[in-house]
Amino acid sequence: MHPAFSVIFLTTLIGAGQGLFLALFIVESLSIVDILPKQTGSFYATGSLLALVFLVLGLFASFFHLGRPERAWRSATMWRTSWLSREVIMLPAFMFFLFLYMVYHYSVGDTVAVVAEHDGVRATVLAGIVGSILCVALYICTGMIYACLKFLQEWHTPYTPINYILLGMMSGFTLAAVYASLSSPQLSKFFAGWAAILIVTATIFRLASLARNKRLKHKSTIKTALGVRHTKIRQTARGAMGGSFNTREFFHGKPPEFFNAVRWFFIMCAFVVPFLILLLSSSSESFILFSIALLVQYVGLLAERWFFFAQANHPQNLYYQSIS
Amino acid sequence: MTQLALIIDLNICVGCSACVTSCKQWNTSGTAGPMVDENPYGAEPTGTFFNRVQTYEVGEYPKMETLHFPKSCLHCEDPPCVPVCPTGASHKRESDGIVLVDYDKCIGCKYCSWACPYGVREFDEHQKVMKKCTLCVDRIYDEKLPEAERKPACVMACPTNARLFGDVHDPESEVSVTIRESGGYQLMPEWGTQPANHYLPRRKTHTHIHEDELIRVDNPLKKEDIPKPNRDEPSLEDASSW
Repeated sequence: MHPAFSVIFLTTLIGAGQGLFLALFIVESLSIVDILPKQTGSFYATGSLLALVFLVLGLFASFFHLGRPERAWRSATMWRTSWLSREVIMLPAFMFFLFLYMVYHYSVGDTVAVVAEHDGVRATVLAGIVGSILCVALYICTGMIYACLKFLQEWHTPYTPINYILLGMMSGFTLAAVYASLSSPQLSKFFAGWAAILIVTATIFRLASLARNKRLKHKSTIKTALGVRHTKIRQTARGAMGGSFNTREFFHGKPPEFFNAVRWFFIMCAFVVPFLILLLSSSSESFILFSIALLVQYVGLLAERWFFFAQANHPQNLYYQSIS
Repeated sequence: MTQLALIIDLNICVGCSACVTSCKQWNTSGTAGPMVDENPYGAEPTGTFFNRVQTYEVGEYPKMETLHFPKSCLHCEDPPCVPVCPTGASHKRESDGIVLVDYDKCIGCKYCSWACPYGVREFDEHQKVMKKCTLCVDRIYDEKLPEAERKPACVMACPTNARLFGDVHDPESEVSVTIRESGGYQLMPEWGTQPANHYLPRRKTHTHIHEDELIRVDNPLKKEDIPKPNRDEPSLEDASSW
C-alpha cells in the first residue's frame, strides 16, 4: 500500500495522546489507593491538555486524507458495519471525556486531590473511567480498520490491533515521562519504568508480527486473478500507459533496499534506542534525555507506520505487475 | 431478486479497447460529471477509467498465447467495499444488485478501494470522490432509448460481441445459460466475494483422431494385405470381404 502521511501522523499522534491519558489516569487510580503519591489537580489538567493537543493534531492530520473534508460528518453514519465510522465516533467521544477530565481537574486546582473530601475528584474519576473505556475502544477501532480487510493478509491478524494498543501506550508513557520530569519529577521514574516495560512488550509483539508476515503465503495468485491455470503468465499491458490510481495507491514506490532499511530503522528508533535511554536515565530523571528518547521514538514510530502500510501487499497489485 | 452483470468471453475478446473508450465517452458525458484526465497529451497521461483492457502472455514462446483481459467492477454479490464505507456512499442496490457510489455522499477517504481485492475503483482527482463502473445505470433504464440499446456502453461497443449483459439470477437468461454451458467462472473465488460478473475461459476445439480411424481395416484406399478368412471360417464383419 502507499503510505499516506496524513494517516501516519493521525495514528501515531492520537496513539501517543491516548497513551498519555491512560498513563495519567493509571497514576490517579493508583494514588487513590495510596500506591503512588497524590498529585495536584493542575498536574492532571496540564497533562490532559497535552494529550488533547496530540489528539487535536491527529484529528487535524486526518482531514488531509479526505478528498472532501467538508463532508466528514457523514462518516459517522455507518457505524454498524464500518470500523472507520466507529473510529470517527470514538475519537471525538474520547476527546470530549478527556476534555471533561481536564476541566474537572482544573477545578480541583493546585490542591492535592483527596477522593472522599472533594466532589471534583469523584467527577474526575468518573470521567477518567469513561475516558479509559473510550480510549481503549478507539485503539481497537483504529487497529480494526486495517485488521478487518481480510485480503490484506499482512494486516488481517490480531497483531494489528494489539500493536496499535502497545505502540500507542508505549509512546504515551514516554511522553508522560517527559511531562512528569518537568512537573512532578518523582513520577517520571514510574512513567519511564513502565515505558521501558511497554517498549519490551511492544517489541515482542511487533517482532512476532514481522515474523508472521515473513512466513505469510498469499492466497491470491495471478492464476486466481485471471482464472487461467498456467505457471508462466506475464503481463504485457496494464490498460494505461501512464500511471493510474491503481498504480499509485497500492504501491509504496520505493526500492526494496529502502524498504528493508526502514524496517531496521524503526526497530532501532522506536524500540532499542529509547529503551536504552530510558534505562540509562532512570536514575537521573533528566528532562533532556527523556525528550531525546521521545523524539527518537516518535520518528521511529513514523517509520514503523510507514513500514506497516508499505508492507501490506494488496491483491490488486497482481493486475499491475510491471510496477512494484 | 435481480443481479445484473456482465459476461466477458476471453475466447472472443481481441483487446481492441472499444469498450474502454465507449465506457469513458458515455460516463464522462453523463450527469455525474466528467471523469478527469490529467496531462492527456503529456509524457505521463493519467485519468479515471471504469474499464480497462489488460494484456497477458500465457506460457512461453513458442507455446504462448495472448490473453486480453477487460477489467471493470464485478458487482460482487457480497461486495467487501460496501460495509467498510463510513458514509454509506458506497452501496449495493436491492433492486438490481448494481454496486454504486453516491458521489454526493463520498468523502474521498479511499477506504473502499483498499477493501476491493480487484482494484476496480478509481479516485477522481478533480471531484475528489471515488468512482466506479455503474453498469451504465443511466442507460439501461432509459426508456427514451430503443429497447435494444438499453445495455451498458461497453456491451454496445464490443465489435466481437465478447460482452454479454443480463440477469445472472434468472436461470434461463442468456447470461446464466452461457455461464452454465460455457464454463463461466469468477475472479479470485478465494475471497468469497461472489462476483456477479463472470468470465468465459479460452476454449479450443480439438479433434481427437484415434489410430483406428487412420488405419481403418476396411479402408479401400489402403493397399495393405488384409487377411481374409475363408467362407467357412468365423469372421468379423468389418474384416470380411463380402
